[in-house]
Amino acid sequence: MARLIRTEKEVEGKYTEQWIVVEEDSLDQWPEGPQTTVGRPAARVTGPARARGEAEYTADVQLPGMLHTAVLRSPHGHARVTRLELGPALEAPGVRGVLTPEECEHLTSEPGYPGEPVAAVAADTFAQAEAALARIDVDWEIVEPRLDPDDAVRREELIGEPQRYERGDADRGLAEADVVVEAEYRTQTVLHNALETHQSVCVWEGGRLTVYTSTQFIWGVRAEVAEHFGIPEDRVRVVCRYMGGGFGAKTTPGEYTYIAAQLARKTGRPVRCALTRREENLASGNRHATIQRLVAGAREDGTLTALGGEFTMAVGWDGFQSSTAGPMQMLYACDNVRTVEYGAKLNTGPNAAFRAPGFVEGTFGLECLLDELAAKLGLDPLELRRRNYADSDLVDDRPFSSKNLLECYRRAEPHWGRRDEVRARSEGPWRRGVGLASQIWYGAGGPPSYAWVRVGSDGRAHVITGGQDIGTGTTTALAQIAAEELGLPLDRVEISIGDSDRGPYASISAGSSTTPSLGPAVRAAAADVARQIVEVAAQRHDLEERVLSLRDGNVVSADGGSWGLEEITGLFDDAQIIGKGSRGPNPTGMRVLTFGVQVAEVAVDVETGEIRVERIAAIHDIGRVINPLGASSQVEGGIIQGLGHTLSEQRLLDPESGAVLTQTLDAYKLPTIADVPEIVTELLDIPDPHLTNLGAKGLGEPPIIPTAAAIANAIRDATGADVRSLPITREEMLRALEEARERERAVAGSAG
Amino acid sequence: MPELVVNGERHDVEGPAMRTLAETLREDLGLTGTKIACGEGHCGACTVLVDGAPTLSCITLVHAVGDREVTTIEGLRDHPLVDAFVRADALQCGFCTPGQIVSASALVRDQPEPARDDIRHAMAGNLCRCGTYPKIEEAILAVAADAD
Ligand code: FES
Ligand code: FES
Repeated sequence: MARLIRTEKEVEGKYTEQWIVVEEDSLDQWPEGPQTTVGRPAARVTGPARARGEAEYTADVQLPGMLHTAVLRSPHGHARVTRLELGPALEAPGVRGVLTPEECEHLTSEPGYPGEPVAAVAADTFAQAEAALARIDVDWEIVEPRLDPDDAVRREELIGEPQRYERGDADRGLAEADVVVEAEYRTQTVLHNALETHQSVCVWEGGRLTVYTSTQFIWGVRAEVAEHFGIPEDRVRVVCRYMGGGFGAKTTPGEYTYIAAQLARKTGRPVRCALTRREENLASGNRHATIQRLVAGAREDGTLTALGGEFTMAVGWDGFQSSTAGPMQMLYACDNVRTVEYGAKLNTGPNAAFRAPGFVEGTFGLECLLDELAAKLGLDPLELRRRNYADSDLVDDRPFSSKNLLECYRRAEPHWGRRDEVRARSEGPWRRGVGLASQIWYGAGGPPSYAWVRVGSDGRAHVITGGQDIGTGTTTALAQIAAEELGLPLDRVEISIGDSDRGPYASISAGSSTTPSLGPAVRAAAADVARQIVEVAAQRHDLEERVLSLRDGNVVSADGGSWGLEEITGLFDDAQIIGKGSRGPNPTGMRVLTFGVQVAEVAVDVETGEIRVERIAAIHDIGRVINPLGASSQVEGGIIQGLGHTLSEQRLLDPESGAVLTQTLDAYKLPTIADVPEIVTELLDIPDPHLTNLGAKGLGEPPIIPTAAAIANAIRDATGADVRSLPITREEMLRALEEARERERAVAGSAG
Repeated sequence: MPELVVNGERHDVEGPAMRTLAETLREDLGLTGTKIACGEGHCGACTVLVDGAPTLSCITLVHAVGDREVTTIEGLRDHPLVDAFVRADALQCGFCTPGQIVSASALVRDQPEPARDDIRHAMAGNLCRCGTYPKIEEAILAVAADAD
C-alpha cells in the first residue's frame, strides 16, 4: 500500500520538509561487512563504453541539421547595452537565427559580470556563429564594477540576509578562556572546470522538447524548462546518459539550455549551445572566495569555551550562499558559538555549489585555528580534537544517527605517529612535517527517488531509474545492490539511467546523495522482483514461499532443490517480472552526517617557498561502503581537487575592470599526475543502523573537505609558519615564513 | 580534397583553412571518442597519434597532417590499456580517458617497463579533473607487468 509521509529533505546542508509516497516494505539491512557483491570491489559497469570512446556524452550528440550557437557575452564587469544591432549578424554566412534579451529572459542588456550573456547567434557551424558574433553592433555604457567583498558588506550590498547563529554566550565563553586565539583566514575563488563544459542540445518535435544536457539533475532541468516554456513537464524529455563531470555547477538548466531551446523553436532545427573553456571559466559558476575572521577560546586543558566567526563570502552577481560557518557550528562540543555570514554582491560571475560548498572553506579556517590553539596550549592537535568531541548534534540538539569519528581518530594514530620520523627526514632547506584536520558534512540523501527492476526470461536483471551518473560510479553501485538482492552475479545486471522519458523520478546528484538516495530504492525494487519470483516458484513447484530464496542465479529451497532463475522467469516467454521500489524517509529526529580525518605529510623548501605534499592518509566514516574500489577513487579524486584548491588554483581578476585573467587551462592551474602524493584511503564501512535499508551515506564530498587544513597544519608543523590564505603560493609561504622568523626574533629579543 | 588516413582507413575530408583535426574526426568522420575539453592545446583530452606521436588534435590543422597516419581511441579499442584502465578504475566521468589511453599507448610502446616517474613525465599533459591519476599510474604499471 502506498504510504503518505511528511519528511525532511536535505541537500548541501539545506533542509526542507516535503510529502512523499513510499511503497517500500521495510527491509532489514544486510549484516555489516562485505556481502556477495555489495562491499566488494567492482570495476565500473560503464567503464568499457567510456574507455573505448563509445559513450555518447552531450558533447557527442550530433543530430541531422543541427545548428551551433555562439553567445555574445559582456566583456565588462558591469555595463549597460545602449545599442544592440543584430541585423549584420543575421546576414552573415550560415546564420539561421539570433536571440535578443527581449526574447529571452536569460539574456540581459544590463550585464552585471564579465561573461554575462547578452545575445546569441545560431549558425550551421560554430565557426560561422562565432564569425557572426563579431558583426553584432553593440555599444556599452560601462559602470564601475564593485569587486571588494568587505566593501560590499559595508555598503550592505548583499545577496540574501546575513546569516546569524548563536548558541550559549560567546562573549562569556571568551571571558572564561585561559587562552584565546584570533586569526583571519582567506580562501580564493576556485573554478570547477569539469572537462565536459556546460552544454545542451535541444530539439522540438510536435510540441515536445528533448533536451540533451550535461546535468546533475535531469528532473530539475525538466521542471524548470517546462515552466519557462509554459508546457506540461511530460512534454519535456531530458537525457543525460554519460556526463563529463559537474562537481556541483550543473544542477540547473543554465542559460545555454534556454538559448538552445529557444533558438531551436525559432529555427525549427536542433540547436547545440556549448560553452567554450573560456566561457566556462567566466560564467558557469565558481567556489566563492571567503574572508574568515575567527576566534577561539579554551581552558588550559583544551576544553573549548567559545568559538566565533565573521564570514564574508564573495558570492558574486548572484548565486548560492554556501554555509561557511557550518563546520564551526557543528564539528565540536562547544557550548558558546557565534557566527555571522555575509554574502557580498559583486560584479563577478555567480558562484555555484562546488563539492562541499562552504565546508571546504570553513574547515580550512576552523581546523587551522584549532591547530594554532593547540600550539598555544602546548597540546597535541589530535588530543585537542578528542577533548572537544561532540556526542550529539548541538545545532539542532539531536542525536546522530551514527558517528564514528573517534574510531577515525583511532585509525589515524599510526599515520599521525609518523611525525617524528617524518620531521627527522628534514634536510637542508627542506623541512618536513605532519598535520591533520577533521571532516564533517551531510551525505544522508533522501526521498523521493524511485527505481524499477525487471527480470527477463533469460534470468537477467535490468535496473531502470531516472538518475544520472556524473562520474561518481553511481550506476555500478546500483547494479551491485540489485545483484546482491537478487542473488545474481554482477554481469547479469544491466542498468539504464539518465532519461526522464524512460525511468522514474530520481533525486539530484549533489550533496553526496546519489547512492544513499537511489540505492535504497533500487534495493526495494529488486526485493519486489525477488518476492514475485519466489511466489511464482512456490506455486510452480508446490512449495512454501518461506523455504525459497535467490542465490547464485538460482531459486533454491531449504530442502536442497534448486532451479535456475531462467527456468522460473522463462515460463513467461519473452515477458518480464517487474518490481518497483522507492526511497524511504530519513530517520526522524536524528542528524545524519559523515565524518572523517585526514593526515598530511609535507616538505617545504624554506628558501624558495616550494611545497611538496608527499602523503595523505584519509579515514572517513560514510556508513556502508557499496563499492570499495569506486570509493577509493572518489577519495583520491576529492583529495586531488583539494590539493589544487590548496596549492595552485585561483581565479584571478583584473582589479580595475574585473576581467577574468585565468580563463584557460594554461593560466588556471589544475593538478596534474605529477603533483599527486601517495594517498592512503581507509573507509570504516560501518552501516548507519538508522539510515535506510542500506546504511550507506554519500562519499562524493567528504574527502575534499579537510585536505587544505591538513596540509596547512603540516606546513606549520614543518616550519612553524602560519599559512592563512589559499592557495598557498610561494609568496604566501615566504610571507608566512618571514612572519614566523620575525616572531622568533621578537621572542629572542624580549628574552635577551 | 585532402585525404586523411585514420585508423588504417583512407577518408576524403574537407579542409577549410582553419579546420582542426579534432573537428574533422568528430564532426566529419563521426569519431567522437576523441574529446575536446579546451580546444586550445592545454588539457590533452583530444590526444591522438600522428605517425605514432601523441598529438593534440585540437591545435593540429587537418591540412597539415598530410599523408601521416592518424590513430584515435577508436583504433586502440583492443589495446590492453583499455581493459587495464577499466579494471584499475582509472576513469570516473571518463571524459579525459580516451586521451589518457592514447597518450599511455605511446608510452608503453616506447618504454615497455616505465617507472612511476616516467609515467608522471609522459602523462603530465593529460589533465583529469576527476583526479584519476593514482589509478592511471596503476593501470599503466599493470599493462607493463602483464607484458612481461
Ligand atoms: S582539447 Fe585539445 S588540448 Fe584540450
Ligand atoms: S575521469 Fe573525469 S576528467 Fe578524467
